Amino acid sequence: MSEQATLSQTALGGARYDAGIATIVEAPLQGMITLRGDLASAKVKNAATGVAGVDMPGQRQVNCVEQSGIAWMSPDELLVLCPYADVAANMAKMQKTLGKGHALAVNVSDARAMFHLGGTHARDVMAKLAPVDLRRDQFTPGMIRRTRMAQVAAAFWVDGDDRFSIICFRSQAQYVFDLLKIAAQPGSEVGHI
Amino acid sequence: MLILTCPMCGVTAEETEFHGGGEAHLKRFGPGSSEDEFEGYLFMRENPKGVHFERWRHANGCGKWFHAARCTTTLEVFGTYAAQTYEPPAEIKAVISDKRPGWRWREHS
Amino acid sequence: MSTRLATGGRLLTKDKPVTFRFNGKQLRGYEGDTLASALLANDQMLVGRSFKYHRPRGIVASGAEEPNGLVNMGDEGKFEPNQRVTTTELFDGLSATSQNHWPSLEFDVGVINKYMSRFMPAGFYYKTFMYPRAFWKHVYEPFIRQAAGLGKAPKARDVDTYEHYHAFCDVLVIGGGVAGLLAAKTAAQSGAKVMLIEQTAHWGGRAPVDGGTVDGDPVEDFVEKTVAELASMENVTLRNRTMGAGVYDHGYVLGYERLTDHAPEAAGPRHRLWRVRAGHIITATGAIERPLSFAGNDIPGVMLASAVRDYVANWGVSIGDRTVIVTNNDDAYLTAFALKFAGLEVPAIVDARPAGDESPAMAQAKALGLRVLHGHGIAKVKGNKRVTGVAICAQAGEGAVLEEITCDAVAMSGGWSPVVHLWSHCGGKLAWDDAQAFFKPDRDKAPTGADGAGFVTAAGAASGALILSDALGDAHAAGQAAAKAAGFTARKTKAPKGETPAEAPMLPVWMMPQGASAPLRAKAWLDYQNDVKVSDVQLAAREGFESVEHAKRYTTLGMATDQGKLSNINGLATLAGALDTPIPQVGTTTFRPPYTPISMGAIGGEARAEVFQPIRRTPMHDWHDTNGADWEPVGHWRRPYAFVRDGESTHDAVMREVVNTRQNLGLLDASTLGKLVVKGPDAGKFLDMLYTNMMSTLKPGKCRYGLMCSENGFLIDDGVVARIDEDTFLCHTTTGGAERIHGHMEEWLQTEWWDWKVYVANVTEQYAQVAVVGPNARKVLEKLGGMDVSKEALGFMEWADGEIGGFKARVYRISFSGELSYEIAVDAGQGQAFWDALMAAGAEFGAMPYGTECLHILRAEKGFIMIGDETDGTIIPQDLGLNWAISKKKEDYLGKRAQARSHMTDPERWKLVGLETVDGSTLPDGAYAAGEGVNANGQRNVIGRVTSTYHSPTLGRGIAMGLVLHGPDRMGEVISFPGTDGKTYEARIVDPVFYDKEGEKQNV
Repeated sequence: MSEQATLSQTALGGARYDAGIATIVEAPLQGMITLRGDLASAKVKNAATGVAGVDMPGQRQVNCVEQSGIAWMSPDELLVLCPYADVAANMAKMQKTLGKGHALAVNVSDARAMFHLGGTHARDVMAKLAPVDLRRDQFTPGMIRRTRMAQVAAAFWVDGDDRFSIICFRSQAQYVFDLLKIAAQPGSEVGHI
Repeated sequence: MLILTCPMCGVTAEETEFHGGGEAHLKRFGPGSSEDEFEGYLFMRENPKGVHFERWRHANGCGKWFHAARCTTTLEVFGTYAAQTYEPPAEIKAVISDKRPGWRWREHS
Repeated sequence: MSTRLATGGRLLTKDKPVTFRFNGKQLRGYEGDTLASALLANDQMLVGRSFKYHRPRGIVASGAEEPNGLVNMGDEGKFEPNQRVTTTELFDGLSATSQNHWPSLEFDVGVINKYMSRFMPAGFYYKTFMYPRAFWKHVYEPFIRQAAGLGKAPKARDVDTYEHYHAFCDVLVIGGGVAGLLAAKTAAQSGAKVMLIEQTAHWGGRAPVDGGTVDGDPVEDFVEKTVAELASMENVTLRNRTMGAGVYDHGYVLGYERLTDHAPEAAGPRHRLWRVRAGHIITATGAIERPLSFAGNDIPGVMLASAVRDYVANWGVSIGDRTVIVTNNDDAYLTAFALKFAGLEVPAIVDARPAGDESPAMAQAKALGLRVLHGHGIAKVKGNKRVTGVAICAQAGEGAVLEEITCDAVAMSGGWSPVVHLWSHCGGKLAWDDAQAFFKPDRDKAPTGADGAGFVTAAGAASGALILSDALGDAHAAGQAAAKAAGFTARKTKAPKGETPAEAPMLPVWMMPQGASAPLRAKAWLDYQNDVKVSDVQLAAREGFESVEHAKRYTTLGMATDQGKLSNINGLATLAGALDTPIPQVGTTTFRPPYTPISMGAIGGEARAEVFQPIRRTPMHDWHDTNGADWEPVGHWRRPYAFVRDGESTHDAVMREVVNTRQNLGLLDASTLGKLVVKGPDAGKFLDMLYTNMMSTLKPGKCRYGLMCSENGFLIDDGVVARIDEDTFLCHTTTGGAERIHGHMEEWLQTEWWDWKVYVANVTEQYAQVAVVGPNARKVLEKLGGMDVSKEALGFMEWADGEIGGFKARVYRISFSGELSYEIAVDAGQGQAFWDALMAAGAEFGAMPYGTECLHILRAEKGFIMIGDETDGTIIPQDLGLNWAISKKKEDYLGKRAQARSHMTDPERWKLVGLETVDGSTLPDGAYAAGEGVNANGQRNVIGRVTSTYHSPTLGRGIAMGLVLHGPDRMGEVISFPGTDGKTYEARIVDPVFYDKEGEKQNV
């Protein structure tokens, strides 16, 4: 497993941009498991919390500590985050917890790209791309938002330092990175949020 | 550009997050149905000036389908509700009756 | 002449001179100037030529309503036509040229149209360029094209960048004049989040020029104090240089912010388009002064009275030494006073109103020794490129000249019209105000939002409250109403008290003089930019264009880039007069966004160049790019069409790839194929409904090709389904079909069979998938080592998980080429490494990458259909001879009922066949086969068409597939396809499988 992990590459090989009004960094490989099932069922909850080590999030919430966490994606879908190297083991563990119940767990770690966007203007940069109310009292740490960024689907959350974690499809990583670069171009401060 | 509230994830968002899916509450007719039944199911759609029921998908969001009751002339949204139902829920119908007394849509009123 | 005054100019920074160029001439101005004020300060009154008659035109206004002052701005990548001089802030190095003239602004050949004007009335083009028909293309069109259009289209690529911004607020106030400022403050006092936008660089609107006091202090002080208060409030955002461009459904507003137009060297985007969602909107957009309709009212030097005042007060510019004021209201008297105080001459105030009670303004005029001519009008303006004088007549008469007054400027005022555009954009209705002769927002008929309540409130002059005291009261109430509408409790405050001198009522004047003769009416302009005169609108009415919308289009009134900001009401009133109908019954034309033109760049935002559209890249994209890939867009994906080597044509490369794959080993990046996991106890039942064939009987470890139809019966997708375990299937879709088919599955699961236990997940991008194809396919995998890929261990149409060359892989033994073929999926992050390993190990077996065109030829040689080639949304599987893939046992599947409809079972439907040209050439793509006789339109009947056509290097000839009437029953028959190249292609109907009919090669 570890040998495989070292072979794997992120979509953009850790691209970063810090010449603008916010810093953009492609995150290292992040383990991600899509879990679909009845979110009220104890098995499903335990499968998620058992590998993520965080509490079940509420509707449109995310609980995340470093590389581990759970994001509420829809009424019957969670995204379980874990270190990339642990995905196979965690998948097995989740399958065991789920047992014969009707649920679906699939590894989507390689199907996604993840970016971190930070700096004092990070919220304004995001507001250029997503049709979401990103004011500090409206979009608060602990929330996850699935929406679009310009022309593609994305999901993101923010921490207390206005640092965003953004997830998009791997094939669109270059597009999203380019979008963020343009939105963070020097001289493009908005000062709205 | 409309704003809609997705009843499945609770987000209120602008239309660009959603994808319209045509008329709501269609009853499917499959093999064995008459020509008239099938024609009605496949082709015959309401085109009202006023109260209308539609299907929408929160495509750039939670991905779920839901229903919306809307006025096609004023664009007022009477309410949105889950897609897992054969007819508009009573509370939605009550809201519409309050705002558009005497409304009719297919067999509903 | 117009010139800079020694004093005055409240907006100028006089210690910051700037230089700029107009038509190549170097001129000087100050920071704070607009291009208009700077041109006027340099006596450059003439700025352009009119559209139709090429009449000389000067600046008329001082703001967004300016119809004449349109110029080309900048050079090369910063060139932009049709920029209004009145809203262009001056900066050092600005370069502008006038437009719509040839060869020069001063001497224009097109001016001949002016002398032709009586032969070019409304509808001239419609009436003239009809016959003879043969003239359309070679005579009329070139003539019209040459005459058409304002300015020049940019040639160079725009060097600037643009962006969007999504903003949210409780109350959005549009317009930063006194009303907007007060409304914003009042709303903000409730705690609501307020955003205030203003199109110019300055706050206060025109109040500082017009004067008055607020709670006893000069109005400028009120403006300054209120701006400071708003700036200090946490819940208020102020943005100037941001125009409210349009109001749309559910409180959506577009704001157009001009960031660097005034400072082109600054970093950052040029324009920002604000996409604002507001709980409530206040339109405090002010009012626009109307011109008066008298002969020669378009001669340079005739200007709106308020504009003349603005140029003096704001920019210290005098329009002329001697200015005649012509008015129907008291407001224009302020211009006379401003000029007088600046030491300029005002020979007369021509007031169309008969003498009556003396208002404070009239009294002041008398006190200043100004000559006021009551009940008079202007018969005509004298001059050509500049006003030289006016002929005075009685307003009540027909224009008999009583007196001529020498002057070099005329300041006119026909009253004011509230700017109702933004109120009206989303359906706000208007009410006619008889006393003030204007349309104003009908408070009870505001545009309604998602909750059915009105979401726009007009404030101040924009709602018809023209007088300062009224405007402040109105704006205060609007601020409170907006806060309440947005869900806040308005704080109990009192409106500040505004004071201005009382005014005598205005008198509506739609024609000056009232009984103007035909020659005078033919020189009285309504729409300056589109050259529409009073006589044109009257002609339209006579010719039956009675609806205001028809009259508008017939005369082009209000259809220029200014959208009739000056001409609208005058035009309506003229039409109403001609029809003898009250103005409100004539109604208005529709106000449409944007309020003034906004840049295409702002609309596009970031979506240009590399992010014009989201290109999707496979994990091996960069390798393909550096190895000669000729890219083909497939949906948003980019796939290599062929890998072209040095010295090869693309066609050569494709031929080489086909031959090599058939003889040795080809590698295809198949990562773009959709992969959907379908899992649950009802998954088999679900897939039986989605596919035409039976999927529930598929055994784990096996694969089956399946067809998917819509409820209309038409083919929408195809692909191989692999059964992973009892509960789990993996469905492959076409490239670009993953999202669509995923959505299709979710739609049926969520809206029809919501009680079925099935979950679907799109795992397309989790895997890099490589098709290893050709006689050497097994050899390369065996060399890499790992799992057993022998015929015995992994038969045709089977799959297995394992390891190849150290890579964790899932291997499908499926073939879209007819060769021995493995499609191997590895984690996307290892895709490139796996590809490298295959290329290295495959070198000795002749491994070469191949692209989509090779893939197409390989599949066509085998008679495999391609969604999008053989199908076009009207094709059912039965048309393609795919009955073998339609289950006879199933009671139901999506599309089954539709496929039983009479039209679908009609034996006359065209059916798929192979086509082989008689001479071996390649049929043109999409060509139709001609049949006997002609159809009802006299066109030759057609009996089929080509759906796929290629040169097959394997067979050394052209091969094709097509849909042909009774095709399968006509094997061996030769039919003809007329090409667009003039040749006719003869082709024989054959079996669509051209190569290895028994399928021996893929099954080894």
